[in-house]
Amino acid sequence: MGRYVIRRLLQMIPVFIGSTFLIFVMVYALGDPVAALFGDRAPDPATAAQIRRDLYLDHPLWQQYLHYMGQIFQGNFGTAFDGESVLSLMAGAWPLTLRLTIVAIVVEAVVGVVLGLLSGLRRGRTVDSGVLVLTLIVVSVPTFVSGYVLQYLFGVRWNVVPPSVSPGAPLNQLILPGIVLALVSLAYVTRLTRTSVAENHRADYVRTATAKGLPRHTVVVRHLLRNSLIPVVTFIGTDIGALMGGAIVTERIFNIHGVGYQLYQGIVRQNSPTVVGFVTVLVIVFLLANLLVDLLYAVLDPRIRYA
Amino acid sequence: MSTLLEVTDLHVEFRTRDGIAKAVDGVSYAVQAGQTLAVLGESGSGKSVTAQAVMGILDSPPGRITAGRIAFHGQDLLTMPERERRAVRGARMAMIFQDALSALNPVLSVGHQLAEMFTTHRGTSRKDARAKAVELMDRVRIPAARQRAGDFPHQFSGGMRQRVMIAMAIALEPELVIADEPTTALDVTVQAQVMDLLAELQREMDMGLILITHDLGVVADVADHIAVMYAGRIVETAPVHRIYAAPAHPYTKGLLESIPRLDRKGRELYAIKGLPPSPHHVPPGCAFNPRCPLARDRCRTEQPPLYEVAAGRTSACHYWHECLHGTRDSGTPEGAGR
Ligand SMILES: Nc1ncnc2c1ncn2[C@@H]1O[C@H](COP(=O)(O)OP(=O)(O)OP(=O)(O)O)[C@@H](O)[C@H]1O
Ligand SMILES: [Mg+2]
Repeated sequence: MGRYVIRRLLQMIPVFIGSTFLIFVMVYALGDPVAALFGDRAPDPATAAQIRRDLYLDHPLWQQYLHYMGQIFQGNFGTAFDGESVLSLMAGAWPLTLRLTIVAIVVEAVVGVVLGLLSGLRRGRTVDSGVLVLTLIVVSVPTFVSGYVLQYLFGVRWNVVPPSVSPGAPLNQLILPGIVLALVSLAYVTRLTRTSVAENHRADYVRTATAKGLPRHTVVVRHLLRNSLIPVVTFIGTDIGALMGGAIVTERIFNIHGVGYQLYQGIVRQNSPTVVGFVTVLVIVFLLANLLVDLLYAVLDPRIRYA
Repeated sequence: MSTLLEVTDLHVEFRTRDGIAKAVDGVSYAVQAGQTLAVLGESGSGKSVTAQAVMGILDSPPGRITAGRIAFHGQDLLTMPERERRAVRGARMAMIFQDALSALNPVLSVGHQLAEMFTTHRGTSRKDARAKAVELMDRVRIPAARQRAGDFPHQFSGGMRQRVMIAMAIALEPELVIADEPTTALDVTVQAQVMDLLAELQREMDMGLILITHDLGVVADVADHIAVMYAGRIVETAPVHRIYAAPAHPYTKGLLESIPRLDRKGRELYAIKGLPPSPHHVPPGCAFNPRCPLARDRCRTEQPPLYEVAAGRTSACHYWHECLHGTRDSGTPEGAGR
């Protein structure tokens, strides 16, 4: 197991370098950050050159990249052009997004698994068809639509929650955004659980469990669900990274100054250090989440052994 | 000797897309305490479904018991409330499945799966149940039981896995064990060992046993009674030694003649011609008539009842007399419809 983890960590290095380099190229090479800084005005050439030197922009791209990565690993993510350090932006943004993601994951896991289990156990009945229709609707409505609609209904119309989240983003205010963020994944978790439960429902070991005289809930939870959740847990694990990155829309709608919000700001303002910095951390989160999933997989399914 | 289990006129249907399949169509059999009933019959004849109905583990839907009575110690299981039924299941009657690899839960340790019997039915603490699980594994002679209790099913060999299944079935010393082809999935070399273990445990614990099998060789050694099934019905029941000497149904006869025997070496093996009917299209009259060498017009229209052939022997053949009394090896019987 230990060797497997080390090997996986080593394998992550090229992936990390590849993906961050791509992002770096796209952000720095395809735009002119200095021009962007000055907006519509044409910059004074001397000043521009000075800034380029300061920002290490006068070196070849690969040197810029190496320099940048070197800085990152010393904990220096650079400064956004407005002078605020990217690190302090992160310190403000990541906790918010993390909290939002946790709310979303909990919603997606709990509601998705319960709905999936119910419809999986009652295949073809009303519950099943109802859930199917519901999940189809949820999947086909884009987040910005469902987000604004729910915000309008709960925040404006019925006044249950404040329509936009206050700066501290207390947990209770994150519930609605969390649900919005989770919706699409929730539908997937439901479908996945349903399929998995339906598939395992007729499995021999479930019949054995019944033949042992176990009460129905033990058969369902300990034997059926325990097996059926293996692919679901995998999906939820890989979804962590997707949710964090995908929170852009949700965070915009509910005015949460998290990772998605900062990324969005960074992009519209062509604020390269912000974009590259945040995305780099996102890449790391993605990779670690995937590793976690693989390890979890071995815990959940003893037939899988990593050598 | 008391009657442990008595199945009377059991009917089980499966409602599928192709229509209604009568998988079990009026089966009756009985098991005496401490005795072994062997259930024989081709694939699809309803042996397993009958067993599942007895255990109360039928897939329903689509399966449904439409008629019949299953009496355990004289008490009808089919009218029993589910709670009471559950207390019987596993504790007083238990089942051994054919393929232990798929019948055991892949993600729980065998120790856990064995211990579950005690925690559920006896309210034993986890720790004590675990100790009992190890004892059980010892009892079915799994080497290094203590160390292996934490292992998962896939880590055992086929024979050891089937021993785990057996351990699970005998955990609470049930009065009745149903073994559904317990050795079919095993290597020939370990089949005998597993069968011997089962027979030995049965003697020690004085359990009633329903042994579903294709292996007529095994039947002769361990069974007291035989019930032969065909297309969802019992076609013959008899004490084991009698049936080998003189079968009272042409289907049984065909089965017996299809086993290789030393004293008939060199002769071509007899195989029953044709295929068993689909449960959706059972032929009218005697279901066996299209394949039967004795069949005549009556067989195609009139379904034979179970005739009492001798004390404790029944046969569902209009012409059981002919079958029983010496037409063996005599070529085509007179009047055969060809
Ligand atoms: N869950 C099910 N759904 C639909 N039909 C079923 C189901 N289980 C059994 N059957 C049908 O019932 C009939 C009897 O099956 P059963 O499993 O009892 O046969 P068997 O005698 O045990 O055969 P084998 O020797 O192959 O185990 C078969 O025709 C089968 O198609
Ligand atoms: Mg069977």
